[in-house]
Amino acid sequence: MPPPPAPAEIETRLHAILTEHAGLEGPVLPILHAVQAEWGHVPQETLPLIAEALNISRAELHGVVSFYHDFRDAPAGRHMLKICRAEACQARGGKRIEDAARAKLGVDWHGTTADGGVTLEPVYCLGLCATGPAAMLDGRVVARLDETRLEALLSEAGA
Amino acid sequence: MSALKVYVPRDAAALAVDAEKVAEAVMAEARIRDIEVDLVRNGSRGMLWLEPLVEVEKDGIRHAFGPVGPRDVEALFDADWGEHPLALGPTEEIDWFKRQTRLTFARVGVIDPLSLDAYEAHGGLEGLRRALGMTGPEMIEEMKESGLRGRGGAGFPTGIKWDTVQKAQADQKYIVANADEGDSGTFADRMLMEGDPFSLIEGMAIAGICVGATRGYIYLRSEYPEAIHVMREAIRIARARGVLGTSVLGSRHAFDMEVRVGAGAYVCGEETSLLNSLEGKRGVVRAKPPLPAIEGFLGKPTVVNNIISLGTVPVIFEKGAAHYRDFGLGRSRGTIPIQIAGNVKFGGLFETAFGMSLGALVDEIGGGTASGRPVKAVQVGGPLGAYFPRDLFDTPFGYEEFDGQGGLIGHAGVVVFDDSADMLSMARFAMEFCAVESCGKCTPCRIGAVRGVETVDRIARGDAAAIPLLTDLCDTMKDGSLCALGGFTPYPVMSALTHFPDDFHANTREAAE
Ligand SMILES: Cc1cc2nc3c(=O)[nH]c(=O)nc-3n(C[C@H](O)[C@H](O)[C@H](O)COP(=O)(O)O)c2cc1C
Ligand code: SF4
Ligand code: FES
Repeated sequence: MPPPPAPAEIETRLHAILTEHAGLEGPVLPILHAVQAEWGHVPQETLPLIAEALNISRAELHGVVSFYHDFRDAPAGRHMLKICRAEACQARGGKRIEDAARAKLGVDWHGTTADGGVTLEPVYCLGLCATGPAAMLDGRVVARLDETRLEALLSEAGA
Repeated sequence: MSALKVYVPRDAAALAVDAEKVAEAVMAEARIRDIEVDLVRNGSRGMLWLEPLVEVEKDGIRHAFGPVGPRDVEALFDADWGEHPLALGPTEEIDWFKRQTRLTFARVGVIDPLSLDAYEAHGGLEGLRRALGMTGPEMIEEMKESGLRGRGGAGFPTGIKWDTVQKAQADQKYIVANADEGDSGTFADRMLMEGDPFSLIEGMAIAGICVGATRGYIYLRSEYPEAIHVMREAIRIARARGVLGTSVLGSRHAFDMEVRVGAGAYVCGEETSLLNSLEGKRGVVRAKPPLPAIEGFLGKPTVVNNIISLGTVPVIFEKGAAHYRDFGLGRSRGTIPIQIAGNVKFGGLFETAFGMSLGALVDEIGGGTASGRPVKAVQVGGPLGAYFPRDLFDTPFGYEEFDGQGGLIGHAGVVVFDDSADMLSMARFAMEFCAVESCGKCTPCRIGAVRGVETVDRIARGDAAAIPLLTDLCDTMKDGSLCALGGFTPYPVMSALTHFPDDFHANTREAAE
């Protein structure tokens, strides 16, 4: 895993992000998305600065970050694999794919493999419900998953 | 010789089954053969079992081939895109396609989604131009006459909602498009945004001009990266071409919009939770009243509508309210883009007038299960919708008709399960989902859903006494929840219990023996 960024570096980059989003109506989610895109998670150190810039309390901001499934308070693995657990994928044999992925990676939901390679997250529908089971690897969607396609996907993620 | 026109969809459902590689293979093969190809990245025609569905234009007619893998491309060129095992004939002659009435989805899969010229050549912007010649109240009348009801789930008449916002006095009003589409089994919003984004832009602009709103937001779930990309591009193009901005199509009306990305919370599809999220707060549900139409985004009067509701507005104004209203059944007017999903042979997006029976949709259009086993249950309307057994297959697709059978059509997702499905597990999943996604505001939902999972587990272990407990719990959730997440989770649970009692009693009977 890359070393954590130095505080000064965070501050400079964060300042740029805050400036980019100045003037938006309801800027909190766009800022948090930009922060997560930058560091792969929402570093604790950024919260006081964001809160100050937006004139809200740190507690309120923390409440927002923790409410949403997307925002992470710690870095994920190098690859993010999201597998759909919702009904239409289940109807198409999704449970088998879920189990195979967990077994192969040796982690449960929300877990990261020991080598820091892959984080496994559940997702509830990717809008690919007629061609499931479906998954998303680092933002790229994959459907019609069977054991072979899952295998290929996992090896692409280095697992 | 003119270039060979080839269509390879860019819809996420096609991309997820290697459409990008197919597009690359087409271009590579064309280079080798020195054939000039005009490649169009269209949306999807909606026949998702055939994706990637490649089309080639011959004498002005588009011929379909599918599902095409990257390795099939060479042979397809060898066959000169004629006779080949993957050939399906003219796309619009395919029975599944021909049986539809495409109003909202008329352009989806047909045009390059980011070509405003193609959009206009297919009737785009005609509705907006007509609307610009009408007064606000005339536009409200048009909407009311069309009979359009909200496609996000609640089925509230769109014209009445707009009327409230139009009459509200405020220095700023907003149009918010709800693209949170979290329901399992639904993808109509995604397909419309990826396949015909200008129709949503046009619909929002008409809404804005009608009610006097100058700003719009599309709240788009983060699970849809392709839709986010296409929508943002389309907005940029619409702005550059004067469809959006300080003077919409040269008129005295201003309207502009932007995309806001959600953050993975199902409950943020509920309109008040969505507004909180848009404002940068926790996505907790607000008590109503006040209605968003009176106090919505940042406390201002706001139209919140589903993508399909807004995306249908242009065709209503283009063809006239009567044209739209004349399709349908009872109080369900017009067409509905039904998403046929799950364990089904021919899954996809099927737009048709209200009124087709559930059985026809599943057996005739869907072709039964993909696994070839008997259909056991069909969940209609997403994770908060009821499970229908075969006995109820004659229910016509309509708001009141489904309500009358203890169900709902919701966002019109139809998810098919074969006989290997265990309905007790599905009931457990419904409770688990509610527990994971609850916004936490009311106890019957937050705590009840957790108890629900435990209670289903007790039933699974053979404790028959837990069955009436589950029924009581469902009653409590139904009566004591602020929104439909807690309030409607009992639908899938109770319908599973009522229609498939054997799945709940199997173990309890054994235990009693
Ligand atoms: C838990 C929950 C989730 C919802 N999710 C969505 C959604 O994803 N998309 C949507 O349009 N409406 C959703 N709704 C319905 C909205 O609250 C609202 O009725 C709708 O956006 C209004 O637009 P319409 O009148 O055009 O349907 C949801 C409601 C609830 C209770
Ligand atoms: S029912 Fe559940 S999701 Fe809806 S407001 Fe109450 S706690 Fe929130
Ligand atoms: S249910 Fe899995 S993609 Fe929709």
